[in-house]
Order: sequence, then C-alpha cells, then structure tokens
Amino acid sequence: MLWRPCGEHAALLDCDSLALMTAARATVEAAGIDGIAELVPGARSLLVVAEPGSRALSAVRELLDGADLTHPPAGSPHEVTLDVHYDGEDLSLVARDAGVSVAEAVALHTEAEYTVAFTGFAPGFGYLTGLPDALRQPRLESPRTKVPAGAVGIGGEFTGVYPRESPGGWRLLGHTDATLFDPAAERPALFAPGDRVRFRSV
Amino acid sequence: MRVLEIVHTGPLALVQDLGRPGYAHLGVPPSGALDADALRLGNRLVGNPEDAAGIEALLGGLAVRATAPCTVAVTGPLVPVRVDDRHVGSHAAVSLRAGQTLALDRPTAGLRCYLAVSGGIALEPVLGSRSRDVLSGIGPEPLEDGVSLPLGPVTGVPAGADVVVAPALPERLVVPVVLGPRDDWFTDLVEGLGAWWTVTPESNRVGLRLDGPPLRRANTAELPSEGLLTGAIQVPPSGLPVVFLADHPTTGGYPVAAVVRRGSLGALAQARPGTSVRFRSS
Repeated sequence: MLWRPCGEHAALLDCDSLALMTAARATVEAAGIDGIAELVPGARSLLVVAEPGSRALSAVRELLDGADLTHPPAGSPHEVTLDVHYDGEDLSLVARDAGVSVAEAVALHTEAEYTVAFTGFAPGFGYLTGLPDALRQPRLESPRTKVPAGAVGIGGEFTGVYPRESPGGWRLLGHTDATLFDPAAERPALFAPGDRVRFRSV
Repeated sequence: MRVLEIVHTGPLALVQDLGRPGYAHLGVPPSGALDADALRLGNRLVGNPEDAAGIEALLGGLAVRATAPCTVAVTGPLVPVRVDDRHVGSHAAVSLRAGQTLALDRPTAGLRCYLAVSGGIALEPVLGSRSRDVLSGIGPEPLEDGVSLPLGPVTGVPAGADVVVAPALPERLVVPVVLGPRDDWFTDLVEGLGAWWTVTPESNRVGLRLDGPPLRRANTAELPSEGLLTGAIQVPPSGLPVVFLADHPTTGGYPVAAVVRRGSLGALAQARPGTSVRFRSS
C-alpha cells in the first residue's frame, strides 16, 4: 500500500488488490474518525478527503499502518436481493463466450453473492464484485449510446445495474424494476460500499 | 408566501448553495456554487447564513421581480445592475420594494454572477442541498422565465459594509497546484503544466477543458477507476487536461496529474473560454 498526495486536504491510498481496498475501507469506516469529509473507494484505491483543519488524514494513516487488513471488521452490511428479468440483448453473447447455455449463464449470475466494492459513474451505480470467472468478460467493442435505466450488466471483474438511462459499454444480461437511486428516500442509493447483493431470476 | 419571480433567466440560471458534500461514496457529486466565495459574500451582504441558496447566473441577463420587500445583492464579477430603470451597484445590499424588478447586464469579465436574496431561496433541499447538479440532474431544475421561487424567513440583518470591492479577474491565470496523485505517470509534468493552456468553450460546471501542448505519459497502462475531487486535473489519452469543478463525477478512469489549491477554484470558475491558464507546482 502506498499513500499518494491528492491536493491540500486529501490523500489516495494505492492498494495492491480490490480485497485490500475493501479491507482498508471497512477498517476506516468502522473506526468512525472525526473530520473525514469523503471516503471514496475505487477499484484499487481509497480516497480520503479531510475537512480542512482536521487531523483526519494522519489519523487514518496511523489506523491503517497498525491494522490487520487480513481480518478487517465485518461491519453490518445491508443485504439486497434484486429481481431480474434475464432478457438482456447480450445474454446469448455472454453465454457463448462463457461456453455455457443461456440458462447456465443465468444460473452463474444468480448463484453468486456480490459485494458493492465502490460506486461512481452515476449516483447509485455500484461496482459489484464476486462475479464467477466465466462471466468475467470484456466490454462491448462499441459502447451503446443509450442503456435503459435498470439494465443489469457485466464488465470485466464487475457486475452492476444502470440507475438511469445513460451510455454504457457493459454486456447486458437483463433488467430490474428496482429503484437504484432516489434522492428523497431515507437510503438514497440502494447500493452502498460493503453491501451484499444477490440477483434472483423472475 | 414571499416569492421571487424570474422574469428572464439569461443564458443559464441555476439555484446553488454550498453543495452536498459527503455523498461521493454513493456516486453523488459535491455540486454547489462554483465561485463559493462570491455566494458567501452575497449572503453576508443581505444578512443570510453563508450557506443560504442563491442564483448562479451565467453571463448575466438575469431579471427578477420581488413580490414582497426584500434585500438582494449581486456578487461575482463586476456587473451593471438596475432596479427598474435606476442603476445600482453590484457588491452592495439593495432593498427592493414589492413589484420592483432587478436586472443584471452582462459582466464584461468573468462568467458567473450570484444573486443573494434575504431569506434565501427555500426550495426543497435534495440530500441536504438546493444546488442544481448538471451532471447527475439532482436538485432544482434550471430556472425558466416565469417561475416563482419561494423565499425563506429573514433571519439576519444586512451587513453594513459601504463598499465591497469586486475581485479582479486577470486575463491570464497562474494557478497553484499540488502534484499527484499520479504525477509519476507523466514525463516533464511540471514543465507541461507550466505551459500556457487555453480554456475551451466545451467547459462547464463539470470541468474546465483546456487546449495546449498535450501532456506526455510515461505510463500508458489503464488506470482502474478511482476517487476524484474538485480541482483534480485529469488527463485523458489526448493529453489535454480537464480541471474538475463542483459537478465532477465522483470516480474516474484517467490519471490525475495534480490538484488545484482550493483558493484558486473561484478564479477558475470565472475563466471564460479563451482565458490563458498555467499551473505552478507549490
């Protein structure tokens, strides 16, 4: 792990793996350190933004220097199950590249348990890890200009759901009617980092 | 209820306060007034808390009508302001009677004027803020001619300053930056950032796009998505940097060469297309 400067009030922790980032994020989250303005997980990094004048950056650094990241705090993750209609435009392409039938591709996607590693791209978009090896597939050669809200897709080591209509290059498996982001809701984003997610075929 | 009627919006008028920090982990940008010091000053002039919501008016042209007596102030770049047909100054508290119209001309320099109103604009906050986020579409819709904005209760007295000086807006900006986090992905970065860059017309509240001699990469690997913050200078494969402003995406997949010191963000928010900018490591 390596700390990199990021402006006057922030630092970026480079992590060797997604697992290490996840452990570092959970450790910082559980410690409830004062003065953290933002804690933004990435695929291999954790951005810590401090409130100006606080000691949060050095406190996080000390905490992680002494932490056992092979046994991070479990926290109390939210558990989310999403109902998915597996009717996506790329489902047969995904099955073919995985060397399985369409039904088996759906089974692979629904039998795994996923963790929200980080978010970004749009409010409520979560990058979910835990994808079976056969479903770790490249993005489309040419991204779609319009992916509908609720589309469930896979891209590289991640799976995720598009919270609203947007361009996108992930291979689409299906769609869900669930609301991924509602700023007026008590929990505005259905997925927050650390949450556990399962997909159910309906 | 006290309301403020929008007679004309000008090119683009948005409700802004100091934004909604603290939600980046959900993918929600910080948003808020791009020239936050200007909004704070306007709020102080009319007796509001500094975080009250006002209007960010791009390139002037905004006209509003008071339906009840209120105190208003226009801040940001120096701009001609009229109440009905009478010229009043910007950067000063002005009392409006019911029925009077306040109108901004186009500022001769800078981009974004701020209108603060006693009581503040009291639209329903979204995730703790009344800011319009143009990237995510969160917060009050961009203003349209004819809409009425509710005002909150007046809570303070206008500041007694006689004259507040509008900030100078130089035609060439030298912007202090902190190198990193990915400065080692570039060759000759200090020299490259120190070249004169030109602000392009594609700039907006998401970021300032710059044209100039492309920055050269030492490392051409793909960067896994990582967290971004306001002021980050991100360099896509073209080598032409983008300086992220308040409506920036919360994560990005291109390396950030340096981050602008916060004190200079207001000046960048006022940089018109064509403005020359260079960055100095400090």
